Amino acid sequence: MKLQEYQSKRIFARYGVPIPNGEVATTPAAARDIAARLGGTVVIKSQVLVGGRGKAGGVKLAHSPEEAEKVAGQILGMDIKGLTVRKVLIDEGADIQDEIYLGLVLDRMQRRIIMMGSSEGGVEIEAVAAETPEKIVKISIDPFLGLRSYQANELAYGIGIPKPLVRQFTKIAIDLYNAFVGSDASLAEINPLVVTPDGLLGVDGKMVLDDNALYRHPDLAEMRDLDEEDPFEQEARRFGLSYVKLDGEIGCMVNGAGLAMATMDLTKLFGGSPANFLDIGGGATADKVAAALRIILSDKNVKAVLFNIFGGITRGDEVAKGIVAALAEIKPDLPMIARIVGTNEKEGRAILADANMITATTLAEAAQKAVAAAHGELTA
Amino acid sequence: MGILVNSNTKLLVQGITGREGRFHTKQMIEYGTNVVGGVTPGKGGQWAEGVPVFDTVKEAVQATGANTSIIYVPARFAADAILEAADGGVDLVVCITEGIPVLDMVNVRYYLDHSNTRLIGPNCPGLITPGEAKVGIMPGHIHIPGHVGVVSRSGTLTYEVVYALTNKGIGQSTAVGIGGDPIIGTKFLEILEMFEADPQTEQVVMIGEIGGNDEEIAAEYIAEHMSKPVTSFIAGQTAPPGKRMGHAGAIISGGHGTAAEKIAALRAAGVEVARHPEEIAEIVAAKMAS
Repeated sequence: MKLQEYQSKRIFARYGVPIPNGEVATTPAAARDIAARLGGTVVIKSQVLVGGRGKAGGVKLAHSPEEAEKVAGQILGMDIKGLTVRKVLIDEGADIQDEIYLGLVLDRMQRRIIMMGSSEGGVEIEAVAAETPEKIVKISIDPFLGLRSYQANELAYGIGIPKPLVRQFTKIAIDLYNAFVGSDASLAEINPLVVTPDGLLGVDGKMVLDDNALYRHPDLAEMRDLDEEDPFEQEARRFGLSYVKLDGEIGCMVNGAGLAMATMDLTKLFGGSPANFLDIGGGATADKVAAALRIILSDKNVKAVLFNIFGGITRGDEVAKGIVAALAEIKPDLPMIARIVGTNEKEGRAILADANMITATTLAEAAQKAVAAAHGELTA
Repeated sequence: MGILVNSNTKLLVQGITGREGRFHTKQMIEYGTNVVGGVTPGKGGQWAEGVPVFDTVKEAVQATGANTSIIYVPARFAADAILEAADGGVDLVVCITEGIPVLDMVNVRYYLDHSNTRLIGPNCPGLITPGEAKVGIMPGHIHIPGHVGVVSRSGTLTYEVVYALTNKGIGQSTAVGIGGDPIIGTKFLEILEMFEADPQTEQVVMIGEIGGNDEEIAAEYIAEHMSKPVTSFIAGQTAPPGKRMGHAGAIISGGHGTAAEKIAALRAAGVEVARHPEEIAEIVAAKMAS
């Protein structure tokens, strides 16, 4: 789960990281009130879950409450990379002398948390890694020991933190590590961490939390911003389905994540393109299939739907009955291609053929038929 | 022979009294796996599917001599169950459970670095040495004994490939699902080493997917150390960056972990990469014939 900047910074602050004073507004009038309370120059920042907000015009300065109202009015409702801005963060302006990057990620290869620092703050760390990798210093954290002061110290000297600020930097590094572990994060970044005449300040932040650990953080789970999520991805989650919308024309319903990806790839191999990733998981019951089908058909680009089910422990005929029951309920008017293999495949296929579906025995045949059907060259 | 599980496997089922645990215990016993007992705290002294239930793994190991354990407990208890199995002294732990918090797995993996127990999974279908032992949730009847080692990050995609092999009369030495999470107990590389050393295995099929770089590391090993032919398939060529494709570990992040990178690395290592899963069986058959 991705958190908004203001949410990430609030969590960091809870662990001791200094952040600017600021509040969130959803209307220009509220933005003016907040700017008046903060006084002086403020920064108005769109809160959307994509990078490049600044370049898109979603981050602006305002020098008075009136200007804050005007600027907030411009930013609220703005479209940034397909997302509508519904909230702005109004932060006290900072006197920025230098920008630093400080972040934590989970390293799959080392199977550990890694802390990264760079003197090149304020730009995406991937860009720094690609262009000037020598400017990134990495520290591998022992799970038993946690981040030690000496390591944070090494990082500070490694990226050239000015001597008077080293002590504050190491404290922030350890605070950020505690925030990461304490929130079950998979990513936590302060970018930039800025040098001001009063010391270091975390002016922008980003956090990604581990969905699998949210059960032990009910307060963080509540931070999920439903406005920012595809409504159909939300609906899928409610039914225990894993769904990702893509922009092709062949809807895919598959059991198992790996097989679902392979099925998508096959539609491409045979000249089509997948409309979605969808894993219905084990036990394709009628209500689950119906929910999945409704989600797939909500995408108006879909021209055909491909069911690919490997009957293992779940029997093919049971899955077929589930599909037929779901079709009877929804009555879609698109071509439906089904392939059921494995346990009781013949019985399953017979049930589907009676239901006026296009059937296939091999995965390649199923994908070819789905592409043909989507292009209007094949009907049931 | 085969790797990791065989007719000498004495299996313990952690979470045996749960719905999943009970169902799959029955399936494994029917397949012929030697299931010697189960563990559910608070249910020691009872029986499930004809085997005794114990309160702790230690107790179960002492009473039954179990050398392998399989875990069907819910995600929030699964990390503890893995540690208990390792501490209880079994050689191999297979964790089926999906959804374990990743930082829990960082700690579990770290503990296992200092123990002699091997972990397969989590978030995996388990493994099977056809005709000898099934330790997992895969449909047993689609497998036949033979000489092709199969290793995969996925469940049903593995069944798909095994089924295609079996339909051509090509048997398997062992089929291992290593799991779809970002942090797993055993990676491709280690399974490839075992297949290379296993006298029964003559060819290997490796099924990868987007995310991480374990396939690339495996490719380096194959190029330098493997004498047996490897055929591969990588799922997720059409997956968009930054989106998790079902498996917690199947994500292209920061531009890395793409199918294209993995396929290029494997091809450079001399691995034949199939365009689709069914083609794997054709390639393997052709290699057997040559």
